[in-house]
Amino acid sequence: MQPGYYVVLASVLFTIGAVGVLIRRNAIVLFMCIELMLNAANLALVTFSRINGTLDGQIMAFFVMVVAAAEVVIGLAIIMSIFRTRRSASVDDANLLKY
Amino acid sequence: MTTLAAAATQVSTGEAWVFWILGPLAVIAALGMVTARNAVHSALWLVLVMLCLGVFYVVQSGPFIGLAQIIVYTGAIMMLFLFVLMLVGRDATDSLIEVLRGQRLAAVLLGLGFAGLVGTAFYRALDGRAAVNLDQANVNGNVQGLAAALFTRYVFVFEVTSALLIAAAVGAMILAHVERRKDQKINQPDRMRARFAPGNYPGPKAGPGVYATTTSVAAPGRLPDGRMSDQTVSPILPKRELTEAESAPKSTEGR
Repeated sequence: MQPGYYVVLASVLFTIGAVGVLIRRNAIVLFMCIELMLNAANLALVTFSRINGTLDGQIMAFFVMVVAAAEVVIGLAIIMSIFRTRRSASVDDANLLKY
Repeated sequence: MTTLAAAATQVSTGEAWVFWILGPLAVIAALGMVTARNAVHSALWLVLVMLCLGVFYVVQSGPFIGLAQIIVYTGAIMMLFLFVLMLVGRDATDSLIEVLRGQRLAAVLLGLGFAGLVGTAFYRALDGRAAVNLDQANVNGNVQGLAAALFTRYVFVFEVTSALLIAAAVGAMILAHVERRKDQKINQPDRMRARFAPGNYPGPKAGPGVYATTTSVAAPGRLPDGRMSDQTVSPILPKRELTEAESAPKSTEGR
């Protein structure tokens, strides 16, 4: 067991989130997958902070959390307004700009 | 070889136990989040992942960031997710039809390749690397150390963050606001005229019937002439298909 294992775990979680973004259709689940990717990046940052012995990584993880909170608020509001007009939360149904 | 041995022993046994129990649990929960058909189940799996990561942060001598993870992510963000899920299609499960043929398989293969490459790269880069650990940085306490860095070196980023949060709050308000045209608004006199118009019953609706044999809200009340009244049953109650004997009026004399 070494601290590097945490980073390997973080890359596995990041990949699961990325694959989830590719295969899921529900907009809210897509958002959760993005949150999972952000969390995996946070785990890597905290581990780097521990490996290097400085607190900068933890501060970056803190800022990632702030950005994630803002992003979730805006994203969920967009999903709500799309749902209000199209009665659907599926990303395949929002295709008006395609034609 | 000595560095390898040192690297193997620098992580305490307790931390290794925590990692080998919660690490696979986090991976299982992440897979469950991606594969769950119901969006609420996905949210609950994601909560489990975030709790595991919070424990990892605390174990890696970051108690502040670990507790912020639990409070902000599992407390605030996931509850926001569940809130929106309850507003938007809680029952909307994903369709299984692939829009692009073979997209899922390609995505999974891509993911396996990506995880293999990045994981191996990180493992090879960090294998046997001795961690400095945060004992020196946390000598005055973790929160104090973070605050000292946040309000000196990162103070500009911190200020920019406040602008970001304000922009997010204003944006959410604009997106959630529904503008009604003036002619769509109903004023109070019109509302009252519609309420007392002929043909509309202005009073509150009567409650459901209460009988010796049933107190169900689905049992309609009786009109003075003995007929059942449909108005006493709420329209949101699901229509139940009852047999003839069940729907027949119950006698109160006992059978």
